Amino acid sequence: MAYTTENNQSGVMTKAIKEGIFAGVIALGMFLLFVGIETYQDINNQLVWRTRWGLLGVFVAVAAIGRFVTVGFIKPHLDSRKLAKAKTGVLEISDEKGFFRTHFLKIALIFLLCYPFLAMLIFGRQGSLKYVDNFGIQILIYVMLAWGLNIVVGLAGLLDLGYVAFYAVGAYSYALLSAHFGFSFWLLLPMAGILAALWGIILGFPVLRLRGDYLAIVTLAFGEIIRLVLINWTDVTRGTFGISGIEKATFFGIWSFDVGAANNFNKAWGLPSSSVYYKMFLFYIILALCMLTAYVTIRLRRMPIGRAWEALREDEIACRSLGINTVTTKLTAFATGAMFGGFAGSFFAARQGFVSPESFVFLESAVILAIVVLGGMGSLTGIAIAAVVMVGGTELLREMEFLKHVFGPDFTPELYRMLLFGLAMVIVMLFKPRGFVGTREPTAFLKERKAVSGSFTKEGHG
Amino acid sequence: MATGTTMTKDAILKVEHLSMKFGGLMAINDFSFEAKRGEITALIGPNGAGKTTVFNCITGFYKPTMGMITLSRENGNEFLLERLRDFEINKVAGVSRTFQNIRLFSGLTVLENLLVAQHNVLMKASGFTVLGLLGLPAYKTAAKEAIDKARYWLELADLIDRADDPAGDLSYGAQRRLEIARAMCTGPELLCLDEPAAGLNPKESLTLNTLLRTIRDGGTSLLLIEHDMSVVMEISDHVVVLEYGQKISDGTPDHVKNDPKVIAAYLGVEDDEVEAIEEKLDEGTV
Repeated sequence: MAYTTENNQSGVMTKAIKEGIFAGVIALGMFLLFVGIETYQDINNQLVWRTRWGLLGVFVAVAAIGRFVTVGFIKPHLDSRKLAKAKTGVLEISDEKGFFRTHFLKIALIFLLCYPFLAMLIFGRQGSLKYVDNFGIQILIYVMLAWGLNIVVGLAGLLDLGYVAFYAVGAYSYALLSAHFGFSFWLLLPMAGILAALWGIILGFPVLRLRGDYLAIVTLAFGEIIRLVLINWTDVTRGTFGISGIEKATFFGIWSFDVGAANNFNKAWGLPSSSVYYKMFLFYIILALCMLTAYVTIRLRRMPIGRAWEALREDEIACRSLGINTVTTKLTAFATGAMFGGFAGSFFAARQGFVSPESFVFLESAVILAIVVLGGMGSLTGIAIAAVVMVGGTELLREMEFLKHVFGPDFTPELYRMLLFGLAMVIVMLFKPRGFVGTREPTAFLKERKAVSGSFTKEGHG
Repeated sequence: MATGTTMTKDAILKVEHLSMKFGGLMAINDFSFEAKRGEITALIGPNGAGKTTVFNCITGFYKPTMGMITLSRENGNEFLLERLRDFEINKVAGVSRTFQNIRLFSGLTVLENLLVAQHNVLMKASGFTVLGLLGLPAYKTAAKEAIDKARYWLELADLIDRADDPAGDLSYGAQRRLEIARAMCTGPELLCLDEPAAGLNPKESLTLNTLLRTIRDGGTSLLLIEHDMSVVMEISDHVVVLEYGQKISDGTPDHVKNDPKVIAAYLGVEDDEVEAIEEKLDEGTV
């Protein structure tokens, strides 16, 4: 299919117009009842319906024009580019990377370190609150959770659908121990991690003889059990009311961020009273926790245990024939992943000041798993990018006021969050079936470090 | 079918009265043989004779219904393999194996495959990860030694140029050799090979023979299942023939080659001999 001659050009246009009209008709058929007609209850509580032809028109036009542009312009352009490349005989793969790609990690880290100050410079003290808290901290929590789950799913190949359980264990450990014993954040952070790891082992023992789908179902059930216990054990957890008034994190015990406290951080440094400084402090804590997770993951991958995890993902039977105790190997993967979930949970509790079972529903597990899969299993960079896209993207939807001009004043983009989330996933998976970063970095090499193509790595069978 | 009791002294592996039942099917029926230290023992037989089942019993993937499998290590320690957990057979008893359908870690590089095989040594050196995480020098030297060991086996298996490529990218013959190298990196005393020459061309078969001889001369005993008679007759010191789960012949390659029962099992027999063979089978199964 070469689109080089003039004759073909008009042929393409008629084809594009035809396909555009066809797409429009299909969209009309599909959306006529879904979008074109709306039912609602009027003042008399009667169910009546009204039409929304304008919105329907927008949907149909998007489909028709989109198809027309794709067939008429984008596809011929791509084809001619491919053809030109094939003629020159230059392979698409090139080893040279730009400055940005080779130094991506350093640039990203420097940007993250400056981020709260940048936000404050640009948006002012109160304006930056949203960017530090809703975007910065929120995304980094998910980065940490996804990196933790990556150890279990991405490295060891154990499909865990109940990861949020360990997040909950961490959060409630902090909330309860701080309320009853008055322990500080810095003592409870490691304790929450250890408790979550313990739960990981307790869960792991009966479950790890299962494989694949069966393991996924049982971990899913475990996540739900933890949540239901939190709801129903009202004496301890106060059920659905949750635990509020959780103590804030302190500046290593030197300064407090409580407004009434004598050693208030803002007063001590002569800063105006604003919660933004606490948020900035939290931002750096979660950033440090993320770095710890990444450091441990990178180090562990080069240790025998990390290699055993990856070998387990590739072939469990071969592992056993090489004298690797698969049970303890799986348990350490579960416990390590759970520990980072516990860290993130206790941080979450300190940040919110309030925990309730609402925060630990299955959807959270699904989102974290989606981030891991989308980022490319096993790849820290890919997962971080996926977390930014997924969590940042859904947060960004709240800001999309201009969409109201397109879809009418009734359109609330937040409500379409999950729809767009799913759509984005489908699109990414179509073009990047192995996630953003599908290749795997080898942990040792003799002559040169060559990335392993995603087509060789396996996903694991539990 | 009596086992040679005089040879017990230098036997590395002793299989006695091994039986394996799958539901109503008797896959192995009262099978006994010995593999001697420093020798290549071949286990042959027609398709479905139960060779792989014997292997799986020895290497812990099946628990035998009956029988005893004794492995004696060079230092005099004896292990009953059927009582060990699957991974302990390699870790404690020093038996390693390859698989009929190659089982490599295809997403790991060739070098990493060999490093995974040295898991237990490295695990100890890294203080079960804790000391290694802190970056102690003991682990670093152990890691270097592990790479040297891997390099040694890569050179023997002629894979040194492919060390940094993913294992799944290798050709079939190279994957077979890598699997053998990986099994050897665990430092076994007995290496069990399940059809190492399957799917190899004649030239690759020859290199395989050399590799296996080198392994034997390095002090590791070998037990192999093989269909390729050019490999079996060429390199084995001792051949055991299995048919319908029972031993029909046991001895040197020359002895086995001329054994009428073996010829009958492989080539079929003339009409007047059928009755005699059937009688023998009845004795075995009833």
